[in-house]
Amino acid sequence: MGVRIAGKTVGVVFLVVAAAAMLLPFFWMVVSSLKHNNDVFTIPVQWLPDPVVWHNYVEIWQRSDMTTWLRNTLLLAVVVTVLQVFTGSFAAYGFARMRFPGRDVLFLAYIGTMAVPWQSYMIPQFVLMSKIHLNDTLWAIVALQAFGAFGVFLMKQYFESVPESLNEAARIDGLSEYGIWRRIMMPLSVPAIASLTLLTFVNTWNDYLGPLIYLRSAQNWTIQLGLKTFISQYDAEYALIMTGSVLSVLPIAVIFMLGQRYFVEGIASTGVKG
Amino acid sequence: MATVVTGDRIHAPGVAPRRSRPGRRLALRNTLIGWTFILPNFVGFALLTLVPVVTLFYMSFTSWNVFGTAPWVGLDNYTRLLSDKSFHTALLNTLYYAVVHIPVTLVASLALALWLNRKMRGVAFFRTVAFFPYITSIVAIAVVWNMLFSPKYGPINQFLGLLGVENGPGWTTSATWSMPAVLIVGTWREMGYYMLLFLAGLQTVPAELHEAARVDGAGPWQRFWNVTIPCLRPTTFFVTVMLTIGSFKVFDLILVMTNGGPGQSTLVLSQYIFQKGFGEFQFGYASAISVVLFLICILVTIFQFLWNKRREA
Repeated sequence: MGVRIAGKTVGVVFLVVAAAAMLLPFFWMVVSSLKHNNDVFTIPVQWLPDPVVWHNYVEIWQRSDMTTWLRNTLLLAVVVTVLQVFTGSFAAYGFARMRFPGRDVLFLAYIGTMAVPWQSYMIPQFVLMSKIHLNDTLWAIVALQAFGAFGVFLMKQYFESVPESLNEAARIDGLSEYGIWRRIMMPLSVPAIASLTLLTFVNTWNDYLGPLIYLRSAQNWTIQLGLKTFISQYDAEYALIMTGSVLSVLPIAVIFMLGQRYFVEGIASTGVKG
Repeated sequence: MATVVTGDRIHAPGVAPRRSRPGRRLALRNTLIGWTFILPNFVGFALLTLVPVVTLFYMSFTSWNVFGTAPWVGLDNYTRLLSDKSFHTALLNTLYYAVVHIPVTLVASLALALWLNRKMRGVAFFRTVAFFPYITSIVAIAVVWNMLFSPKYGPINQFLGLLGVENGPGWTTSATWSMPAVLIVGTWREMGYYMLLFLAGLQTVPAELHEAARVDGAGPWQRFWNVTIPCLRPTTFFVTVMLTIGSFKVFDLILVMTNGGPGQSTLVLSQYIFQKGFGEFQFGYASAISVVLFLICILVTIFQFLWNKRREA
């Protein structure tokens, strides 16, 4: 028995060490954001800030357009997520439950584009967006992110796990297909909707390349773009740069803690079932 | 599988419903309703994904540079690729990244999943921790790691110093070490995500199979090779495909960490597309590079798909 307990303890210790190693960059980021600039790089590494410089967090609001960046990003993330969940689950119902000619080919096109990196068609897409005058507007990012194949795929996977007999029963009771989608499939798919919501929100929040290509004027910048330009502008102000990084990660960390169960479930369900 | 209601009869899929007139009208109605479901998403998808993908091929045969018309130049862009040194470097670097990143991440995430697929205090917490880097901002991550990698005062080289490595590598400032640095960060960031996929896969391995193998006297290694690995095949396939696509399109991380440098030591294909397209506005030429990237991804995916099919059979 003693050996067993010792083994368990070693296991737990090992886990803690591994967790610390995984999180070390984030820890360093937070600690550095609370230091004076000169204390960020020292020999040996100073693992706790001394003194604690909270003022970095005031200073960054004074010296950058943090408010604008965060507002734009939040706006984009919410609009994109709503569109992605709504149109994605709606289309997924069509693919999962309706039968019509061409359905499977169409779905294959959706799946197929998931295997194509966005970078390989970003140029023609950019040309198209300029033709419809979306460049340098937040709408460009909405258009870019809201109609992806991923939401359709994830929701279809989940819808297919709902028993077909429920649909049959509802049809016999006189519910239309739209009614079935709204009153039966959507309420039953809360875990899938939650994970799609979280993943889409996080992806939009973190996107860097899309905004980099489409958002030229400073009033349209998102937090990632703002942070990057802030970094280039204040090249050697390490503490302040870390402060900005913390602010860009913080909302995601909070969302993650609130919904981590759904993240895990959502990713598991995009996997290999189909 | 889906069944269709036609009138008051229920047809199993594959069984052709008798095409009576009301039946045909119902099929038409089904088609229309089906399309109304798909349309809101499809309009955006077709316009912003399908159309660009198709246009890409056309553009790659032109010498368009933003202004004016797009003169047709046939295969010129492609022959130019053959002698373009930077393109060769980008291609080789992309392969370098993929060839290291795919197996290392695959093994690391599988090992993590096996280790964390048991009941122990703190396991759920560690799964969460391992997944966290995957959902955080690339810009923030790249900046932090760049500082950790800093040659003289960076914590990583200080740590190496403790281990007896006198002059740690220059990491992102050295042409030799820049790619390994990017690979370390890429693997650290993604392995938690693939670990979750493997964990989901491990749930599908029947416990009875393990039990039976144990009764037959199979050791842990034998059970791993003969039970776990075969049962995980669908997951491994999916993970490999996703990892491959992910590796070939790697860009954001490199853009922020090294911007392709020093020199061209971390220049990758998607970044070269970006440079030629949005830096120099050679849309035609950039499209030809894009076609190459596109074809690599599609061909590798198809190959993996066929390979998987053959092994399943």
